Amino acid sequence: MSLLNVQDIHVYYGSIYAIKGISFSVEEGEIVSLIGANGAGKSTTLKTISGLMRPRTGKIEFAGADITAMKAHKIVAAGLAQCPEGRRVFSRMTVQENLEMGAYTRENAEMEKSMEDVYYRFPRLKERYKQEAGTLSGGEQQMLAMGRAMMSRPKLLMLDEPSMGLAPLLVEEIFEIIGELNRSGTTVLLVEQNAQMALSISNRGYVLETGRIVISGTGDELLRDDKVRRAYLGG
Amino acid sequence: MIFFQQLLNGLQLGSIYALVALGYTMVYGIILLLNFAHGDIIMVGAYVSWVVMSRLQLGPITAVFASVLMCTLLGVVIEKVAYAPLRSAPRLSLLITAIGVSYFLENGAQLIFGADGKNMNAIFSIPNLTIGSVTLSSTALVTLAVTIVAMIGLLMLVHKTKMGKAMRAVSEDMGAAQLMGISVNATISFTFAIGSLLAGIGSVLYSNIYQMATPTMGSMLGLKAFVAAVLGGIGSIPGAMIGGFAVGFIETFVSAAKIGQQSLSVWRDAVVFAILIIVLVVKPTGIMGHKVREKV
Repeated sequence: MSLLNVQDIHVYYGSIYAIKGISFSVEEGEIVSLIGANGAGKSTTLKTISGLMRPRTGKIEFAGADITAMKAHKIVAAGLAQCPEGRRVFSRMTVQENLEMGAYTRENAEMEKSMEDVYYRFPRLKERYKQEAGTLSGGEQQMLAMGRAMMSRPKLLMLDEPSMGLAPLLVEEIFEIIGELNRSGTTVLLVEQNAQMALSISNRGYVLETGRIVISGTGDELLRDDKVRRAYLGG
Repeated sequence: MIFFQQLLNGLQLGSIYALVALGYTMVYGIILLLNFAHGDIIMVGAYVSWVVMSRLQLGPITAVFASVLMCTLLGVVIEKVAYAPLRSAPRLSLLITAIGVSYFLENGAQLIFGADGKNMNAIFSIPNLTIGSVTLSSTALVTLAVTIVAMIGLLMLVHKTKMGKAMRAVSEDMGAAQLMGISVNATISFTFAIGSLLAGIGSVLYSNIYQMATPTMGSMLGLKAFVAAVLGGIGSIPGAMIGGFAVGFIETFVSAAKIGQQSLSVWRDAVVFAILIIVLVVKPTGIMGHKVREKV
């Protein structure tokens, strides 16, 4: 049984028909990428899975339970965390407080453990634990946003454009961390415009175009696919 | 010596404004609503004190607890009944609803208690403090002390507790807070509860000073506290504290000031509202306010 199973969801942004019936699944232990151009519906898909938006029809199952109508905060408690597009750290709260918020659904003792783990992975956050998140650099904010999402010890971590606006060296660092997280047991659903990077670390990928899945396959297949190369890999 | 007494009067009035302004600013910070019914909660608290002390003949301690408890509950109920159903409605609908709730409370009180004021005894009566030639009002000292304790309590709550931090997170980014597993509805209810609890404390202190309850007593008080919140920077908790005391001082000093034989006291409301206009024109974010970045 898949960890996440999205079945034929249709989502509207007000009157805009944004997601026109997409279905996909994520198996435990995988990294799966959703790639596609701006406005293809990648972020909307993640928001719908997280419960911030509701599908008009369709079904979303996570770890065997139907979460289609579940409230966003309960979905987090069920083990599904999202690191949103544009990082969205709480800029007037300290690094430490941001991480505490990430563990909102958990007991204090468990939180301490997660925090040690996050600080071990991101030593730069530890150095700045008392600093307001708004004063961090873009790369540090991305690390904070990822660390914050990890604080709930999710079974499935959804990352929305983690490389956006970062220098190439940092992008590589971020992708390395995603790989490490996956190896230590976290399943990852990745939304990226940087298709090359995303597909190279993914087990499987789906290509979205105007609210529909047009191509799917393993990471390698998609990297070799002519249409994908032309449209998303610049050659 | 009169200066010290006026200073204390300013602190006393400012304490009340600050306590009420805190509720305005916390609610605005979290759901961007100017809750114009907030001042009327004070009025309800005053009537509760009157009912408990003058009608039921119970002691002042009971009056304090009943009053604060009722204000807290009322704030939560107003949010659940009037504002929660409008969570995704345009902000103007919410504002109009708040004004409606305000009229509802004022007219409801008039229906139940009549339009004339109800007098009550002071809730605490402690002799005034005399140091040399200066007599300091004990009421003012108690008011100030209670307010400072309440403010310290609020700051601890907001910075040290999980729920307080969740309040700050929701007020900064509601969507991201939901992604942390924070229940937005529970956090909003909690914010209304705390804001209304502070208003309840303000209500007890106010009743203790003026010893009277009238159906419309909350409206001018609420408006001035709103000015205080805007002056301090709406959405900012330290701002509401500073703004409250500033408005209290300004009003007290204008009341006491004289030009020749002419007292300026009739100008005090005009001066307070002039501050509102000046702040909105010159620095709409107030003293401590954050620049609001439009989210894409």
